[in-house]
Amino acid sequence: MRFQLTDDQRALRDGVRQLLARRFGPEELRAAVAAPGALDRALWRELGEAGFFALRLPEADGGVGLGLPEAVLAFEEAGRVLLPGPLVATHLAAGTVAGAATGETVVTAVDGALVEWLAEADVVRGDAAGAVPMRSLDPLTPLHRLPGREKAGRWWEGARPSGPGEGVRPSGAGEAGGGTDPVAVLLTAAEQLGTAARVCELAVQHARAREQFGRPVGAFQAVQHLCADMLVRAETARAAVYAAAVTADPVDIAAARLLADEAAVRGTRDCLQVHGGMGFTWESEVHLHLKRAWTRSHRGGGVTESEELLAADLTAGTG
Amino acid sequence: MDLSYTPEEEDFRARLREWLAKVLPGLPPKPAPDDWPGRRAYDLGWQRMLYDAGYAGLHWPVDAGGRGASPTQHLIFLEETERAGAPYVGAGFVGLLHAGPTIAAEGTPGQRARWLPPILRGEEVWCQGFSEPEAGSDLASLRTRAWRDGDDYVVSGSKIWTSHAEVADWCELLVRTDPGAPKHRGITWLAMPMDAPGVTVRPLRTLAGPAEFAEVFLDEVRVPVAHRVGEENDGWRVTMVTLSFERGTAFVGEVVACRRLLGELARAARRNGHWDDPVLRRRLGRLNAEFRALWRLTQWNVSEAERGRGVPGVGGSVFKLRYSHARQELYDAAADVLGAAALDLDSPWVLDRLSSLSYTIAAGTSQIQRNIVAERILGLPKGR
Repeated sequence: MRFQLTDDQRALRDGVRQLLARRFGPEELRAAVAAPGALDRALWRELGEAGFFALRLPEADGGVGLGLPEAVLAFEEAGRVLLPGPLVATHLAAGTVAGAATGETVVTAVDGALVEWLAEADVVRGDAAGAVPMRSLDPLTPLHRLPGREKAGRWWEGARPSGPGEGVRPSGAGEAGGGTDPVAVLLTAAEQLGTAARVCELAVQHARAREQFGRPVGAFQAVQHLCADMLVRAETARAAVYAAAVTADPVDIAAARLLADEAAVRGTRDCLQVHGGMGFTWESEVHLHLKRAWTRSHRGGGVTESEELLAADLTAGTG
Repeated sequence: MDLSYTPEEEDFRARLREWLAKVLPGLPPKPAPDDWPGRRAYDLGWQRMLYDAGYAGLHWPVDAGGRGASPTQHLIFLEETERAGAPYVGAGFVGLLHAGPTIAAEGTPGQRARWLPPILRGEEVWCQGFSEPEAGSDLASLRTRAWRDGDDYVVSGSKIWTSHAEVADWCELLVRTDPGAPKHRGITWLAMPMDAPGVTVRPLRTLAGPAEFAEVFLDEVRVPVAHRVGEENDGWRVTMVTLSFERGTAFVGEVVACRRLLGELARAARRNGHWDDPVLRRRLGRLNAEFRALWRLTQWNVSEAERGRGVPGVGGSVFKLRYSHARQELYDAAADVLGAAALDLDSPWVLDRLSSLSYTIAAGTSQIQRNIVAERILGLPKGR
């Protein structure tokens, strides 16, 4: 059993991290927040050239020929830096929608009652008829909503087709029971993991540097314990996400999603708390992480669906 | 990233499974929780069976009488024995998991020859004389004194939370030999015979009912200098060598057990109708995620240890923090499923629920673990 990153996987992760640091650093993040709703097409093509979207596409089809573990590492890095855009939908469309693999085509997908990046997308998977724009909570994720679709396609309502959007959901590997694509759920969990790890680092940096009462706030046990809990949640989620990437088992993926959502959302709130009043300002990067974590937690395969799937597994005799 | 096992590991698992299936049906019935002599005999009997089958001291080095198995093989051993419902290590815990490895790492050839074989063969029980009434999580502030008198140390003081003290043959004892030195520096590691004159054991009744622990009073107990492991005043280092030794695998069996318990709980909820309550059902689903993740974290830590990064200290605190709380949540959920039976001391869940209250205290409280994570892993400034 070698449940550790291989040298190649480390190299891939470091490569993605370097690309994103160079192309989507703090300055680009500021610029993107200042111009909400606009997708950087040049960056999208660069991601395509680097193989971000074609990562799992077989080499014979012009892809990189890697697997879910590598995709999870790449999406974790994207999550760390708040990389905007319909990353999951475009990745899942590679090999099916022309230009998706290379980043020439921006693909989004209907997910329950929401569509991310509808106005910027070249191709929409699913029936987005009747979509109305909304003022998105996350300044870096423009959203449309689909009135009346709140419960479409939730797996626990049975395998029966359950809405007009059915059958045109993102079609990745392992479509389970007519519900959300497990790969989309896993990649969302990977992004959440990236957020959880990043906000833990931000909190620790701040706790070391910020002084109150004559010493760094990180010397106070109350602050130490917030940071320790952030790490524990992130590392537990990491083990679950990486394992799910190896097994591709829908129950493992549901567990990964639950723990990664928790690590991202609670971690970001704790990070804000460690930053004190500064964490409550627009200038701080922390609110962007929280808003993105909240937005991702609304994607398909969320808390209720995952909990029900995991509960059903307990009585299926395999728990 | 790979979760598959090598053919050798799968072969090891298959042979172990086969052996367990053969021997477990012939085991005598388990003794009552408060039958300490019975528990000693039962646990040592099981250890003897492991010894005869070649499974004793699996993870111990070969030159200490062990099998020199890899961390992954040890993981498989713990997983399969728990899955098959084999006895726990029980009274052998301190000898096999702590005192033995300490002697193996730091003892003289004579000390290894004297103490290690009886541990492996299931002939002698060890207990741990570390904690004191004034030195719990702050272990290094221990006060039990020892001074030299010829070829002996003379020891006076007291120890507390000493599991299996009533039935132990030996105690791995930490004593203060230099009160003038900084608190971590004046400590010495001794092997004390429990039948030495001046040793008094008083069982300590806990909230879980039957005596789980004991207090040990030491009144001018003479321990030969030859029973000192490591140098005088070097006992803290000797202890730390092995204290984090087991962190990677210490809870493997328990995580497997929790996953089994959770399945039992779900089936009980199906039978009594609580399964129809979506709040409770989803709570059990979340616990499923929790223990799956803890199992993956165990595999991650074991795999990391196997990569030769030495003592797996980092994963230990992270794992213990999460696990100790999750297990308590499991029993809280069980109480909601069981209803009235949750208050019945004859229900097997109830004693375990009470026992689980110690998990966030024993072996370093959750608060101490958070300090360790914050200061040693995250590098935050030392606080008070």
